Amino acid sequence: MKHLRSISELGADGLSRILKLTESMAEINTRSVPKVPALRGKTVVSLFFEDSTRTRLSFETAAKRLSAETMNFSVSTSSVNKGESLRDTIETITDMGVDAFVVRHKSVGVPWQISQWTNASIVNAGDGAHQHPTQALVDCYTVREALGKEDLSGLNLTIVGDIKHSRVARSNIQAFGMLGANITLVAPPTLLPLHIEHWPVKVSNDLDAVLASTDVLYMLRLQSERMAQGLVPSLHEYSTRYGLDEKRVAALQASAVVMHPGPMNRGVEMLIDPSDIPNSLIHRQVTNGVSVRMAVLFDLLSAEELS
Amino acid sequence: MSGPDVTRAISRIAHEIVERNHGVDHVVLVGLQRGGTWIAEALGERISAIEPNFAVPVGSLDPTMYRDDIGLRPVVAGSASHIPCDITGATVVLIDDVLYTGRTVRAALEGLNNFGRPRAVQLAVLVDRGHRELPIRPDYVGKNMPTQTTDEVDVSADGVIVTSASGVSS
Amino acid sequence: MTIAMKGGSVVGLRGVVKADVLIDNDKIVKVGNNLKGDVTLDATGCHIFPGFVDLHAHLREPGREDTETIETASRAGAKGGYTALIAMPNTNPAHDSVTVIEFVREQARKAGLLDVFPSGCITMGRQGGALAPLAELCAAGVRIFTDDGSGVQDPVLMGRAMQYAKTLGVTMAQHCEVSALTQGAVMNECGCSSDMGVPGWPAIAEEMMVQRDIEMSRATGASVHFLHLSTARSVELVRVAKSEGLNVTAEVTPHHLSLTQELLTTFDPIYKVNPPLRSMNDIHALKAGLLDGTIDAVATDHAPHARRDKELSLDQAPPGMIGLETALGVVLSAMDLDPVQIAAVMSRNPARIAQITDNHGCNIEMGDTANLCVVDLDAMWQVNPAKLASKSKNTPFVGRQLRGIVRSTMYRGQITVQDGEAQK
Repeated sequence: MKHLRSISELGADGLSRILKLTESMAEINTRSVPKVPALRGKTVVSLFFEDSTRTRLSFETAAKRLSAETMNFSVSTSSVNKGESLRDTIETITDMGVDAFVVRHKSVGVPWQISQWTNASIVNAGDGAHQHPTQALVDCYTVREALGKEDLSGLNLTIVGDIKHSRVARSNIQAFGMLGANITLVAPPTLLPLHIEHWPVKVSNDLDAVLASTDVLYMLRLQSERMAQGLVPSLHEYSTRYGLDEKRVAALQASAVVMHPGPMNRGVEMLIDPSDIPNSLIHRQVTNGVSVRMAVLFDLLSAEELS
Repeated sequence: MSGPDVTRAISRIAHEIVERNHGVDHVVLVGLQRGGTWIAEALGERISAIEPNFAVPVGSLDPTMYRDDIGLRPVVAGSASHIPCDITGATVVLIDDVLYTGRTVRAALEGLNNFGRPRAVQLAVLVDRGHRELPIRPDYVGKNMPTQTTDEVDVSADGVIVTSASGVSS
Repeated sequence: MTIAMKGGSVVGLRGVVKADVLIDNDKIVKVGNNLKGDVTLDATGCHIFPGFVDLHAHLREPGREDTETIETASRAGAKGGYTALIAMPNTNPAHDSVTVIEFVREQARKAGLLDVFPSGCITMGRQGGALAPLAELCAAGVRIFTDDGSGVQDPVLMGRAMQYAKTLGVTMAQHCEVSALTQGAVMNECGCSSDMGVPGWPAIAEEMMVQRDIEMSRATGASVHFLHLSTARSVELVRVAKSEGLNVTAEVTPHHLSLTQELLTTFDPIYKVNPPLRSMNDIHALKAGLLDGTIDAVATDHAPHARRDKELSLDQAPPGMIGLETALGVVLSAMDLDPVQIAAVMSRNPARIAQITDNHGCNIEMGDTANLCVVDLDAMWQVNPAKLASKSKNTPFVGRQLRGIVRSTMYRGQITVQDGEAQK
């Protein structure tokens, strides 16, 4: 695999391969010295044009645990602010000798554009509302770990919230779909994308109606700017109809698990403290983030010279 | 080698391990993923039969992350490493199916360091096919099988099959 | 000096006739057989068309001479068989004063490769706030008014512009886009845009304004021209308006006849254009509209952009693609048109809409101004960016095999293009 830009590009085989490899990385992360020399001499640049704490740290930790060199390109201090084009930035950093770029950008498609201007591998750490493939890998791994099984056929996954603007939702729909899950999207009509008849999902506007049959409840963050855009009439209406509170947690099956990609909006989609949710996987998602990103970097960079 | 030959070789190596180490107190068997793990388990069972008073710990190690040829050849990662006990002070017997260039064993030695400092490390292989690229020598060998570098050696409980351009022999 | 175009088929108003054309200075002096001139231009195997007229070209001068100048666009136009271009007003400064109009004409005269007819702005600075001096610009010769690049959003303002248009006998050309519905949009609103997570440009944003201006034309009697129609429903709205006898015309671009929204899934801004590439269903409707006369003309919406600008992200990159040199080839590769239809949609109809029939869109008869082009309709060619005369190379047709080669172009009796090469 040369790049990881979307889950569909990874494919079902690639998905299985990365999830399997993640198990090895998770073992490494349990050691007292969680570091292996696998990517000695490789250089990984994190190129974050959009704020992110946990994803960037997670990638940098992953790279370091594989003994790769890391460079951190910070937009605020870079020449991008002096009018340098994205292409110039990429070509300049490439000239320094780079094996992989980890890219986050507010604009859809930037990872694809960048891959025309460098020979390095590209990892998409989030492009606009399009894709966030490593988050989906984290989520699939976390669910498989919690359920203790690899095949998710028949699993009922319910994704709640701002599907329209969510790259996490788009990647997860592809990834969980490949693993055989039944996916239901729950959102007010204005936060659902149009023309998605071809998506392998069911759509509902009523969260309470689907809770009882849900195995995995995935809550998405609602950004307050959606209010300003008039996409939801009020935060109160949204949280009343789509927020997770004690009553809704109680309505879940005893075996159902709850996930959230973070950062959480307390009082909007999360009306209950996550520590009060019996089967919350939210902390496992963060923990597994490093192992998954180690697996991704190793898979990309160990095959580099072959491709 | 036929299936019974493989069984007999494993049995002999089990005896040699017990004999060389004056019993199996402080001995840990570690199979290298992926070909060495089943042999390690078979050796463990055999040794338990010889020395019924000692349970020999059996683990597995994936040397992939320590290889020096990452990017030069297809990498197939194994399952997660599993070292069942503290190996500091123990005698670790690394076990693999085929010894070839020695690079896997070198990677395994480096990987083993992450789990502790063994008193000694020994190497058991079912087949030594030659062509070493590093100064590594096995302590226990099922069978020495001269091969061409273009040959492929396939080891299972059903026997050892060498596939070469000129045909198949066992 | 006389020039004889020999061996070609002359595309007249009603049919194609094998004939030579004799040109003396800037006029056609004779159409017939075995004509001899001081110079012979071989048109064997080719069709002789009235020079093409583009209702919709962005020449970028004044303001963005780094991407195109009136001279480079004129050369590109000549290579595409054009002898007249209507220059869109979204330059900097915009075409909202006689000074700018005169400047554009003067630059075109200096280039001397084809006629450039500047359109005028409908509103000052194309800001949609106050009317441009329509009567003053009309007196300076402007016959088409548009705020192209954007549509006039305010119906009150548009109504007033139409009242002026009716009185002045000029045409209001509308870029139909209700901008409130297209905020941040990079492509057609469709399954692909939802897959990609990008804001969509819904068909209805075009159709609402088409319908609004049809009603305004009905109310005022003003002549309205719809720029770059892109949706099936828009075609239907215009078809109905025409059947009701309303004074409306419409154009379609070569790219909207040939490329679909799915190309945007490559994330390559080369495919970003406004209005956006639509569905195959829309393409079928646009072709049908062109064939049945609902759509009068093919117009390029030639929109040069610097490579640097087209290397921005999909949401940041400016919309538009160049088209003057590929227009005929793209259209002929996308659909079958007979020579008379080609002459209608590429030359005669746009000349009528632009009110420039005195010198353009001729019937190729004695006395007509010698604005002509010679086309080998069956020859294939490959688009090579290095050979494009346009200063910008932002065409998605690079490497494509296209049908129909413009062998020669004649502008006012002068050969501007010969054997496909610009002569100056």
